[in-house]
Amino acid sequence: MEAISEHKGKVFPLDRSNVDTDQIIPKQFLKRVERTGFGQFVFHNWRFDDDGNRREGFEMDDSKFEDASILLAGENFGCGSSREHAPWALLDYGFKVIIAPSYADIFYNNAFKNGIILIKADETQIKEWMKKSEDGKYELHVDLKKQEIVDADGNVVTFDIPGYHKEKLLNGWDDIALTLLLDEKIKEYEDKQPEAVTPLANDGIFK
Amino acid sequence: MGKTIIEKIWENHIVHSEADKPDLIYIDQHLVHEVTSPQAFEGLRLNNRRVRRPDLTYATMDHNVPTKDREVIKDEISKKQMETLRKNCADFGVKLADMYHPDQGIVHVIGPQLGLTQPGKTIVCGDSHTSTHGAFGALAFGIGTSEVEHVLATQTLMQSEPKTMNVKVNGRLEPGVTAKDLILAIIAKFGVKFGTGHVIEYTGEAIRNLSMEGRMTVCNMSIEGGARAGLISPDDTTVEFLRGREYVPKGEAFDARAEEWLRLATDEDAVYDITLEIDAAEVEPQVSWGTNPSMVVPISAATPSVSNVENKDEVKRALEYMGLEENQPISSIEIDHVFIGSCTNSRLPDLQNAADIVKGHRVKDGVRAIVVPGSFSVKMQAEELGIDRVFKEAGFEWRESGCSMCLAMNDDIVPAGGRCASTSNRNFEGRQGSGARTHLVSPEMAAVAAIEGTFTDVRKFKAGVPS
Repeated sequence: MEAISEHKGKVFPLDRSNVDTDQIIPKQFLKRVERTGFGQFVFHNWRFDDDGNRREGFEMDDSKFEDASILLAGENFGCGSSREHAPWALLDYGFKVIIAPSYADIFYNNAFKNGIILIKADETQIKEWMKKSEDGKYELHVDLKKQEIVDADGNVVTFDIPGYHKEKLLNGWDDIALTLLLDEKIKEYEDKQPEAVTPLANDGIFK
Repeated sequence: MGKTIIEKIWENHIVHSEADKPDLIYIDQHLVHEVTSPQAFEGLRLNNRRVRRPDLTYATMDHNVPTKDREVIKDEISKKQMETLRKNCADFGVKLADMYHPDQGIVHVIGPQLGLTQPGKTIVCGDSHTSTHGAFGALAFGIGTSEVEHVLATQTLMQSEPKTMNVKVNGRLEPGVTAKDLILAIIAKFGVKFGTGHVIEYTGEAIRNLSMEGRMTVCNMSIEGGARAGLISPDDTTVEFLRGREYVPKGEAFDARAEEWLRLATDEDAVYDITLEIDAAEVEPQVSWGTNPSMVVPISAATPSVSNVENKDEVKRALEYMGLEENQPISSIEIDHVFIGSCTNSRLPDLQNAADIVKGHRVKDGVRAIVVPGSFSVKMQAEELGIDRVFKEAGFEWRESGCSMCLAMNDDIVPAGGRCASTSNRNFEGRQGSGARTHLVSPEMAAVAAIEGTFTDVRKFKAGVPS
């Protein structure tokens, strides 16, 4: 994971609540065995019809939003399926920061693990930003160290973020490497467990 | 003060704990499938890491497998995904029940069936419906692919301790009202995010009276209420279901283990962070009308009136997508597809109960109805009982096991504009196919819908009341 400490970019407002991960990346695009290349399919069914033509009324592909890198959304963003393809797709498309009033738990974990700055903000504040960003010119500067969001007019909004998520984002730390530092503790735990009846590892009976 | 089962399991699994950080917890059982694992195994390869505990890891193929003809995988990318899982399991020594294996099935059906799912275990899978295994008093939850890799490499996860919630279901369910109706009614009442940050324990008389299959249906949909997991304290029903299964201890060792399991049940004086209550007697057969699993009403009701709801835009958009009017009676909705299957409702009693309705009737002209058993074993048992013949004679298609039309990753797709009575768990836009419209129901209600072509109260159907 790449370290990230701040990000400045254009805002795209997605004024919808309960955006589920089936909408963020529909199932027909989950068949790839790589982590990359999902960006083109983000919000696919809202952006395109079955013939691949752009749908009216969904503005993400308008030229004014083409270079947006901060996504504003309604409450409970990322609910439903646990597919990590959702944050992969958002990141691959170019979103580095997401700001919403609340998130579904699994998505919240998944997004941080990929270096997306995920911010919980007050709903009224988000509505105000959404309104300001309608013209496709509104930018925000997110400073993770200071936990501040600043716009071009100098309006400052502070935000909370769990300390361990912040630390990992700032350092680009890999969770697995961190956990392997605790290998002795894991062994200690395992030594105390009674033996379970478990499937023999790959006993070769499958075709 | 006593403890909830949630706290007991959590404490039993802490490997390492530090202030202001998530706990490092041990994972007892890791279930793996083809869609959310390839990038995790690739991550291991890139970092020269092994699977720490192949003996606690079990893989199957379910999301992508064809249910019509196992030999015909038209989609080359699907095929590659399954071949990748086969290679990964061989390379890393993980046991795999592949498409042709007698233990193959939907991951949340085979775990309990094989006895891999047991009370007190921590169980994870790269799939949000892992909460299903909570029915046994296990702490089971869905994880993303980075976490799959983390578990493969370390057999642990970094997770913050969840808050506890008691959803107490008082009284008894009426005849004809199922576990599916109950969980749909719970989500309709409390919303799609009432469980966020919490693990739900379902308690109360109606829950105690459910079979293990019914409990699995309830716990399965905990994620649709936003919960991190859902579970039910183990009791004699749990123990008897597990006795004799392949991966549980045998003989006296089983009885000793069963006593430990029963001690995990929530203590009488335990306190939850939140308690919510619902009266089982008030629950009718339910039908979803919208595009999230809280947009659900009883069969006797109608779609909402936009002027009466707070989330007007959301309701308006949902009605539009679903091709429904506001205030439209549910009984007036005509369907053209029926899907009986998925990790929510594809176990033997689900199929048996639907077959009991179907017997002696015909699928309505113009309706395409399919039954997809949850596992190869369920399929075999159903065939021994003649359940397949009942469905086939009525005009249903009888398929091989898999996730199938629940998420339509394989060829089992509802066409755009098609309307499906489905026993699955999600009615999101495009879930069963781009432009497809999903109505979530119980297997019994799906069976009646197949016969009538519209939604009809299964209790009236059984009583012979003309619709």
